[in-house]
Amino acid sequence: MSTPRKTIISILVDNHPGVLTRVTSLLGRRGYNIDSLTVSITNIPDLSRITVVMTGDEYMLDQMIAQTSKLIEVKDIFTLDADKSLMRELLLVKVAADDSNRGVITEIANVYKAKVIDLSVGSMVLELTGEQNKIDGFLTILGEYEILEVCRTGVTALSRGAVDYHLNL
Amino acid sequence: MNLTGSQILAEVLLEQGVDTIFGYPGGAVLNIYDTLYDYKDRIRHVLTAHEQGASHAADGYARATGKTGVVLATSGPGATNLVTGIATAYMDSIPMVAITGNVSTNLLGKDSFQEIYITGITMPVTKHNFLVRDVTELADILRKAFQIANSGRKGPVLVDIPKDITAAKCEFTSREPLPLDRVPYEKNEAALQKAAQLINSAQQPVIYYGGGVSSSEASEELCRLMHKAGIPATHTMMAAGIVRYDDPLNIGMLGMHGSKSANKSVGNADLVIAVGARFSDRVALNPKRFAPKSNIIQIDIDASEINKNVLVDCSIGGDVKAVLSDLLPLVEEASHEEWIKKIGKWRDTDYKPKDSEKVIKPHQLFDTLCSMTPENTVFVTDVGQHQMWAAQYLHHSHPRSFITSGGLGTMGFGYGASIGARFGLCEGKRVVHITGDGSFHMNLNEAATAVSYNLPIITIIMNNSVLGMVYQWQTAFYEKRYSSTVPGRKTDFAKLAEAFGAKGFRAATPAEFKDALGKALKENGPVWIDCTIAREERVLPMIPAGGTIEDTIMD
Repeated sequence: MSTPRKTIISILVDNHPGVLTRVTSLLGRRGYNIDSLTVSITNIPDLSRITVVMTGDEYMLDQMIAQTSKLIEVKDIFTLDADKSLMRELLLVKVAADDSNRGVITEIANVYKAKVIDLSVGSMVLELTGEQNKIDGFLTILGEYEILEVCRTGVTALSRGAVDYHLNL
Repeated sequence: MNLTGSQILAEVLLEQGVDTIFGYPGGAVLNIYDTLYDYKDRIRHVLTAHEQGASHAADGYARATGKTGVVLATSGPGATNLVTGIATAYMDSIPMVAITGNVSTNLLGKDSFQEIYITGITMPVTKHNFLVRDVTELADILRKAFQIANSGRKGPVLVDIPKDITAAKCEFTSREPLPLDRVPYEKNEAALQKAAQLINSAQQPVIYYGGGVSSSEASEELCRLMHKAGIPATHTMMAAGIVRYDDPLNIGMLGMHGSKSANKSVGNADLVIAVGARFSDRVALNPKRFAPKSNIIQIDIDASEINKNVLVDCSIGGDVKAVLSDLLPLVEEASHEEWIKKIGKWRDTDYKPKDSEKVIKPHQLFDTLCSMTPENTVFVTDVGQHQMWAAQYLHHSHPRSFITSGGLGTMGFGYGASIGARFGLCEGKRVVHITGDGSFHMNLNEAATAVSYNLPIITIIMNNSVLGMVYQWQTAFYEKRYSSTVPGRKTDFAKLAEAFGAKGFRAATPAEFKDALGKALKENGPVWIDCTIAREERVLPMIPAGGTIEDTIMD
């Protein structure tokens, strides 16, 4: 067995009601550990894309792909190679901030190219888009201050270069 | 034609060649049943005593015939009562289409009377399921359901039809059934060559085959491979009968209650060829130590089975029949005499139960049964000790003649499945239902069905007055602390049979059993034979869960 590693799996599914339930029910039932999962429509109206980030060894990954591809509404499933893919996550974070530290928090935000999207007397909300480790790093630094709320979208990803539908559409 | 949803359902069933369905009426399927009244000359509806019985009947029908079993039930409890039957079929890859009614679309999601989210409930135990939201989708959904049930690795599909859809009308044009989906096999020349090379160079090869050979109707190809390459073959419980019991290369069942020689053969093999089998925990009890000295080839239609439980050295994905046909010409003729002689010696030391003239011993019961019934008899079991004895001691001689719940191990499966098998088989074939007093108590209500249709099913109750398999485990591993396995029931099965309108006999000695079976075989309707078995009878040999051949219990 190889050592566990983080893998991004792209699943193209029929845009039907309940399809997300089928995928997540399978992942839960088989005991696969999911780091994040996003789902969205695509440019093809009949298809949705589910992007799963999973930590597991090669055996688990192979099984997950083999089992998931058996679902009738799964049209294609493939892993995204980290070197050949673009991965982004969106973060919204609310930090307690007043006159004493608003400036320094804004400075940190500038370093990370995060945007201040809301400001109130006792707090501010920052928005950051980037790869997961950048967002992790940003949150670590903000941890020095009082984080009130965090919301992350989970990873969305596309392969670089030419269109990568493995489907015969 | 402008038809109602109910008529469309009946028409698609005819399109698919369905002439028999099993079910139970109710509020949400009133329109469907009203339509079935018009179609009763073309679609036979078998009314069971309970929806679970209907689901097992559809399953038994499919196992006996290879055709897709169809079951119909109403919404709510009707639908939930199907779940065990659907899960049973799912675990054993049996093609089944389950049709449930539901409340009208405007009442869905409002906790209406007899509303249940059956597509949600059955998601993990079906290959796929559908909720029909518009009558114009109904015909194609039903066609797709049959296609999915039968394509690739077979299994159950559920179609949930709200009541208003069964009454709504739309245009309908009859069509040929859809071709099976996703061509299951692309000839993989490299894998075939590698497999052939492994087979041709093996000194001590063993074939380990499972239920997939039956689904693929590939017993002929399997036998040709065994005999051309001189390879002894062991089988899972699901595969009993695929190779004749008296074929010299058939070394019997392996696994938890398989023969010691079969398990030893796998343990000492230098090549194991797994054909349509999934290395379940009843076979590869300790997956890390399964066939430790061996290369493993796996042939399976389901890619997710490759490397799932046991890591293999060579895999060929595809329909077993197609793969074996392509593999056969590449395999050289061989006889492996030394190896077969070695296995023969191990077989001489296999567990041999002692005969008795006073009490009914399980192995003698099955000897008598096989000698007194025609060879084409179909045996159906419930789950527990009697099931294992039946697997061990029956003279399995044909595919689809041993019907049993393997993966799910569903007690109460047997009577419904026997009824389904009986409806699927030609008149000449006997159905014998083997059960235990525990399993039979679960669903013996289906006796009412057997009597209504006057089905010549012989039920043999191996009655030891305990829940034998659990009792056996408590004896071996729980210091004889018999927690809830000695129910103290006073059921008089012979009388109960009579009360249902069936015939009942009792047998406490081998002679009485012979006599009762002789009488039972002359009956044209359902018969029960209540056979007294000692509660100390155990299923042997036995390898405890997670164990290896070294842990085999022989006495």
